[in-house]
Amino acid sequence: MATKKLGKQTVRFQNPPVILSSAAIAGPKEGEGPLGLYFDQLLKDNLFEEETWEKAERKMLFEAIILAMNKIDLVPEDIDFMLAGDLLNQIISANYTARQTEIPFIGLYGACSTMAESLALGSILIDGGFAAKVVCGASSHYNTAERQYRFPTELGVQRPPTAQWTVTGAGATVLGESGKGLRVSHATFGKVVDLGISDANDMGSAMAPAVADTIVTHFQDIGGNETYYDLIITGDMGNVGKGLVQQLVAKEGYNIADKYTDCGVLVFDPAQDTHAGGSGCGCSAIVFNSYLLHEILGGKFKKVLFIGSGALLSPTALQQGESIPGIGHAVVIEA
Amino acid sequence: MDFLKAFLVGGAICVIGQLLMDLTSYKITPAHILVSFVSAGAVLSGLGLYKPLVDFAGAGATVPLPGFGHALAQGAIEGVEEKGLLGAFAGGVEATAVGVAAAIIFGYLVAVIFNPKGE
Amino acid sequence: MASEQILNSPTLSKNDKKKAYFDLVNRNKPKPPLLRNIFWAFVIGGLISVIGQGLLILYSGQGLDEKSAGAATSATLVFAAALLTGLGVYDNIGKFAGAGSIVPITGFANSMVASALEWKREGMVFGVGAKLFAIAGPVLVYGFVTSWLIGLIAFIFKG
Repeated sequence: MATKKLGKQTVRFQNPPVILSSAAIAGPKEGEGPLGLYFDQLLKDNLFEEETWEKAERKMLFEAIILAMNKIDLVPEDIDFMLAGDLLNQIISANYTARQTEIPFIGLYGACSTMAESLALGSILIDGGFAAKVVCGASSHYNTAERQYRFPTELGVQRPPTAQWTVTGAGATVLGESGKGLRVSHATFGKVVDLGISDANDMGSAMAPAVADTIVTHFQDIGGNETYYDLIITGDMGNVGKGLVQQLVAKEGYNIADKYTDCGVLVFDPAQDTHAGGSGCGCSAIVFNSYLLHEILGGKFKKVLFIGSGALLSPTALQQGESIPGIGHAVVIEA
Repeated sequence: MDFLKAFLVGGAICVIGQLLMDLTSYKITPAHILVSFVSAGAVLSGLGLYKPLVDFAGAGATVPLPGFGHALAQGAIEGVEEKGLLGAFAGGVEATAVGVAAAIIFGYLVAVIFNPKGE
Repeated sequence: MASEQILNSPTLSKNDKKKAYFDLVNRNKPKPPLLRNIFWAFVIGGLISVIGQGLLILYSGQGLDEKSAGAATSATLVFAAALLTGLGVYDNIGKFAGAGSIVPITGFANSMVASALEWKREGMVFGVGAKLFAIAGPVLVYGFVTSWLIGLIAFIFKG
């Protein structure tokens, strides 16, 4: 019997795992954004003293994981499992980081939903009694993502107003079975939903149906609604996607408008020329692990629904005429 | 006057490209624009429609990519007149050899000397 | 229509859901600033052509024939665009110029350098050498094939 399963897609933790520590490292542009002061460390440039952008990205992820552990005097040997992922082919940022940390590694690909996915799976490992401490993490880098998914950045192209800006940053969370701190009480795993959007410059529209579906299913599974939460926050819907999620959820009978926001909308100022807002694994990873946890700890929010939003984009599939599937994974954080 | 004509025609050809991208929700990418403008220029030139534009606007018609297609097509046609069938192979390449070689050589040198800045 | 359920609608088929969602997206999607884009494409595209015209007159004045002057003009513009791409300037022009900096021959040079530059760290053969033609390759392929076909047609009609 799946005693901890709730409804169709949600799990409820019997002993909710504790968020013991977190860390966020961000790029220079993110540092100039509205949340700049919340990040633990800022890069001076996009190379982070490395030779390539890919190496810089994995260094950010490594440093974020080590920093999150160091804050509570832990070393890699204290951690049972590392769950991490990123946007690059073969999730090289996470793989090579795990080569360095030497923590038993569970590599994840959930596109930009990876931070929430790693928190959900890490919590399951802990509540199931399979681990005492896990570290969860995700990263992205504007230049590594752009050249893999779209065009080289030096190409003189115009970005349409729906385009989002991949965040350069990495975040990490240490979860434990006991201790003081915020807790992860529920997780809802999303379905892959695709309503036919195929524009690689409009990821918000591609992801919105999947994310809205996860939010609605979560409400149904827990037998509740938006009033259960002080804040509902999605990973990287951006301005366009955020509006669509809000409308899709409203059509299902839930009005989340006055408590809903999005990491991609928060992370940049419109004056930073990022068009529809931030995106990438690092977007929700840095906002969750700095600003969001800080505000919940400070008492501004008590119960938060955090939904990682992923566009499962493949340039090859798009060239073969496919559309972009989306996914949303949700975790509930309680003070 | 030559400059004004070049400005107007060169600008207008670019506006066609802009409209193609903006009005198709970016399904037509810059790469599609480059490919189709060169091909379109060659076809128009083959039909004898591009030469009058070059005579009128000078660099306004030769600097935009249809002008590259025009040079290819005129080269092929002249090649055929001089050398027969072999000219169809050689003419276009010969007519654009300087531009293409310059792009490869300068492109290579810049890529080797400079490092990408990103952002 | 505006309040009609899409995701869990009991009546809509999968295709109807896609259609209903497409309508919703189109109502919400910000449109590109068309007039501004057209203006800048026209001005920058026109200016690059004017520079070309200036070079053409300059080289013709040096005693070059019409074809050679045109080739020298192309080479000069290509050099300038390659250099500006290396310096990280060309993409900033492209941000507001749009097609105005893509359609001129300078855009062709930019497409070569931009790809080669960013893949430089993957080595001199598979990085720089191969990526130089990532976007330029298709342009040359279709350009040469089209011109060859035109030559062929010219040959048939001549014969």
